[in-house]
Formats: sequence, C-alpha cells, structure tokens
Amino acid sequence: MLTRLLSGDTPRSGLLTVLLLIVLISLAFAPFLFPGTKSLETAARICIFIVLVASYDLLLGYSGIVSFAHTMFFGIGAYGTALALNTSGPSYGSLIWGTLAGALVAALFALAIGLFSLRVKAIFFAMVTLAVASAFAVFVSQMSWLTGGEDGLNYKIPRELTPAFKLVKEKVLGVRINGKLVAYYLVFFASAVLFLIMLRVVNSPFGRTLKAVRDNAFRAEAIGYRVVWYRTTATVLSAVMAALAGSLLAIWLRYTGPATTLSMEIMIDILLMVVIGGMGTLYGAVLGATLFILAQTYLQNLMGVAAEATSAVPLVSTLVAPERWLLWLGVLFILSVYFFPSGIVGRLRAGRA
Amino acid sequence: MSETAIKPRIEKVPLREQFFQKLPVLLVPMLALLGLMAIGNPASWLTLTVAGLAMGMMIFIMASGLTVVFGLMDVINFGHGAFVAVGAFVGFTVLAWLAGWTASPSVMLNLAAVLIAILAAMVVTGLLGYAFERVIVMPVYGEHLKQILVTMGGLIVAQQMIYVVWGPDELHLSRPEAFQGSIVLGEAAIEKYRLVAVAIGLALFLAMRHILKNTKVGLLVRAGVENGEMVEALGYRIRRLFLIVFMTGSALAGLGGVMWGLYQETITAHMGSEIMVLVFIVVIIGGLGSVEGCFIGALLVGLLANYTAFLAPKVALISTIALMVAILMWRPQGIYPVVKAK
Repeated sequence: MLTRLLSGDTPRSGLLTVLLLIVLISLAFAPFLFPGTKSLETAARICIFIVLVASYDLLLGYSGIVSFAHTMFFGIGAYGTALALNTSGPSYGSLIWGTLAGALVAALFALAIGLFSLRVKAIFFAMVTLAVASAFAVFVSQMSWLTGGEDGLNYKIPRELTPAFKLVKEKVLGVRINGKLVAYYLVFFASAVLFLIMLRVVNSPFGRTLKAVRDNAFRAEAIGYRVVWYRTTATVLSAVMAALAGSLLAIWLRYTGPATTLSMEIMIDILLMVVIGGMGTLYGAVLGATLFILAQTYLQNLMGVAAEATSAVPLVSTLVAPERWLLWLGVLFILSVYFFPSGIVGRLRAGRA
Repeated sequence: MSETAIKPRIEKVPLREQFFQKLPVLLVPMLALLGLMAIGNPASWLTLTVAGLAMGMMIFIMASGLTVVFGLMDVINFGHGAFVAVGAFVGFTVLAWLAGWTASPSVMLNLAAVLIAILAAMVVTGLLGYAFERVIVMPVYGEHLKQILVTMGGLIVAQQMIYVVWGPDELHLSRPEAFQGSIVLGEAAIEKYRLVAVAIGLALFLAMRHILKNTKVGLLVRAGVENGEMVEALGYRIRRLFLIVFMTGSALAGLGGVMWGLYQETITAHMGSEIMVLVFIVVIIGGLGSVEGCFIGALLVGLLANYTAFLAPKVALISTIALMVAILMWRPQGIYPVVKAK
C-alpha cells in the first residue's frame, strides 16, 4: 500500500527515510509541534516550495533541461488565483477558476516556449527562458492597472480560510483551531497530493523515457521516441505544477506581488534547492527545500551572532554578516555541482551500499 | 612536366545567394527607416537613433566576448554579467580617486582619467576572467548542464563579493566635464557621450574584425571555431588560445561595464544580471559564436529599444523579445549561424 502510494520509488536508504519521515511529521503536525505565527509561515512555505522545487527537478534532474522561466510559471499561477479573487470576490468558485486559468495559461506559455526553442541545444533554451522570464517580470510590474505593479495585489479569500473563522470554540492542545489552520492544511494536503502525482509521473514509463532522453537524446530518437515531444511535455507538466504551487502561495499569503513570485532571486533559490538537495530525485526536492528555507529563516540569526563575535576582525565580520548568507550558499552550490552532483540524497543513497 | 598545376576550384556563389547572405546587413537601416516613419519627427528620430546606436555598441562590447567564447569552446558563461558589474565598480572607484581630473575643464585630463579607469577595469576583469576560467569553467568543459549551473553559481558569488567589497548601496558618479552636455544639430540634441560610445564601439568592432581576419591569432580562433580538434592536431594548444580569448572577453565585459556605468551614472551590484538579459537576446539573434551577427543584433536591439521606449514605453523589453522571436522564425540558429565542421 505504502509502496504503491510512493509509486514504487522508496527512499532506499535508512537515514534518508528517517529524514523524510521527520520532515513529513513536522509538516503534518506543524501547528501543534511548533506553535507561533512565524513557524507556521515557515512550514507553509516549505510545503509550497517542495512542490515548486520538485516540479523544477522534473525539468532539470529528469529531463536535463535548464530553464530560468520557472518563476514565470509560478507567478502566472499565483496571479491567476489572485486576479480571480480580486475581481470576482472571495468565493470558492473564483478561487477554482482562477487556479485553473493560471495553470492553463502556464501550460500554453510552456508549450509555445518549448516548441520554439527545445529543438536546439539546451544552452539555447536556458538563454531564451532567461530573456522571456525577465521580460515577463518587467511586463507584469508595468501593467499596474491590472496587477498592482510593484506593490502587488492584496485580496480577500473565502472566510473559512481566514483567522477570523473559528472552527472550534476551545483551544485544542493549546492551539486555536481557526481558518488559518484550515488554510495550512489545505496547503499541506494539496502539496502532498501534487508531490505524489509527480512521483507517479517520474516512475511511469514516461518518466523512464525522459531519463533516456536526458542521458542520450540521439539514441532515444533512434529507438523511436520523439525527443522533442517528450521534452515539451515535461516542460508543460512542470509549468502546470509550478503554476499550481503559485496558486497555493497566493491562497496562503493573501498577497501576490512580483517580489514573492517572479523575481530572479526566487529562481536562484529554486536552483540552489534542487542542486543541494539532489538532482534527478524528487526526495532531493523535499530535503533541499526544507533545509534551504530553514536556513533562510533561522541561519541568518546564527550568522548575525557570528558577525557580532568577529566584529573585531574587519573582513571576516563582513563575510559572515547575515546579509551575506547567499555568498556561502553560492560557494556550497558550486562545490556541490563539482563534487556531489547527485546532492544530499545521492550521498545518502551511495552511503548505504 | 605539364604546366597545369592543380588549382583549388572556388565556386562562385550566384549573385542571388550572395544577396541573401548579405541581407541581414540591411536590417539595421531598414529598422532605422521604419523608426523614422513611425516617429515622424526627424529631430527626435535622430536623437533616438544615436541613443540606440550607442546602446547597441555598448551591448556589443559586452556580448562579443561571450559569443566568441561560445564559438571557440562551446562554453557559455552565465557569469559574464559579473564581469560587467565588477568592471563598472572598479572603473567608478578609479574615477572617484581621480575626482580632481574629472572635474577639471581640461579635455585631456578628463580623457586620461577615463582611460586610466577603463584600463584598470579591464585589467581587473581580465584577471578575474583568468581565475574564473581556471577555477570554475575548466573542470566542466563539454558538459553544458553543469556549465550553466556552475557559472550561475559563480555569478551569485561574484555579486555577493561586490557587496562585501563595495557595500550594499548603489554608486553614483557624474560623467567627466568633457562628456557632459550635448551637441545641438539642427533641432536634434545629441548627447556627447553617446557619440563617444558609438565611436569606441565601432573602433572595437573594426579592430576585432581585423584581428580575426588578418592575424595569426585570429586565424587560429576561426579555425578553432570550425574544428577545434584539427587545430590541436596541427600542434596548437587550443586550451591556451581559449584562455586568452576568455580573458579578452572578460576584459571587454569590464570595458562595457565602465561605459554602461558612465552612461547611466548609477551602478548596482546586480546591474550585470540585468544587462545580461539584453546580451543574451543579442547573442541569440546574432547566432551563437558569430561576431558579425552579434554586432548586427546589438544594433537592432539598441535601436528597437530606444524607438519603442519613445513610442510605447511599457512594451520596451517585450519588443526586443518579439524581435528575437521574429528573427528566430526566419533563421532558427540566428542571423549568422556558426557552422561547425563536426
């Protein structure tokens, strides 16, 4: 049953299983284990980014395609939901059609870009997506009459998902059961389902063919698989998943703006998460996203302490200043591409043998 | 012995095909003409055209290194933007030191200050290019996926190092006296600095063409682009050649950075990644690896960006994307695709 749920792709490493279980249990009971607004925000962010990073891994790890337009699809999903809620009021109907419309638009965009530039080299695709994504980001922030520009959109969501809604009068285990909690579980279960769907996809014959195309496109073509078709489908699929993750973010934050969805910083974050977690395995996305976001939220405090401790040494204290944490992640990123391209998960699985 | 030596037969290309090959050269005047028709007013058209050409030249300076590096070694450097930013910061620092020279009304002192700044920036970015090639690019020759990832990582680290060295704020600096103000030509006002940028860009393009076409190094580079293995088999160390090209490309990016910085008069640590978008569009339009294509692409993008910024400011960046799409529909590999003998 469990193996079936995981589509036969078990973690295959004791330590990895333990880590994944810790992540799963912590996320599933986050409101009760770690009370407080900040930790709930972090937990929801982790859920959403697991889906986003896994969908990127579908491209980078399984298909060997480097795209810089992933935040664009993420943003399309978020803006789809946000615009629907903003224009036609906070109802479930508008929530659903906004989400679906976002996913559809993302799919069409991905199809166009894919058919257009996947026929040539991987490098070409990377450059085209980089150009298109940054143009899109600028475009969105200039269409301020529709998207709110740089300020983004604030909107209402259905009342049942807001803190104002009380499900149970009394506190349960010291936690208020309100709409925010319902929203969190909506995010959590939706993320879990999307993740399992992706796990199903990569372990299907389709996923296996994707790997074949990644490893040797010429040979796959010779055997009779249409490489362009597989690559384009993977692009579209990952775009739809990213758009759905974007919709979840839009519902959770009740705010959508360029900085939270479309910026290049987020694209780089996703890239770091995939590579550090492990390319070519969806569990890598889980670990990568979790570690990265925990580091982003809590490591900076630690670095602040380190910066104060070394404040007497001029250069070192600037290097360990909390704002410079991306520097160290960049170094870690380069090192991990060189020395363990299969990431944390690859290390753990290799260590088992 | 018969006198009939065997001569290589060079087939004459029919005029029609020659014309089609040269067709892209006409794109730039065509676009300029279209711009004139759309704008209507010749004075503002002239101002915009000069601005567009200046912008195009600066983008060309930055993009040329990238495209040659790709042509020669199949290496694409996503961290190229870091050289642009570092060059700009070094140049600005030098100019700030020489504040006495830049503020004086003497043209010679102004020029000297700018030249020293450019030289310093090019030396620093050239050396940085050396380090980048050795440490970051060399271990991943031939692996595109890792190249993209690793050079992206290099970009992140380089940008963060700029923050560490120069602090988080943007730098402002006004241009030296001699480059401020504009020349009035009829009704059109043309900024002096733009003319300087056009001149430098044009000189650089001609010099580059000359080196590639008429010198031994250029011959080796062109041969390496076409068939690297054969060049190696003939006893030339293509790796060393590549290192030289990479360093030159980085130094040119630094030059472009200083010029762009003086053009905008404000620089930030992430200016590199912003400009890289334009640079990539230009390189794609021109055809990866082709210097001439890159030149034409840069001019097209510069002109189009300025025309649309005047006509419909909201779609300026989108229009360059549309241009890229249009060119790729016409020639899927770019204007002048580089033919690899493989």
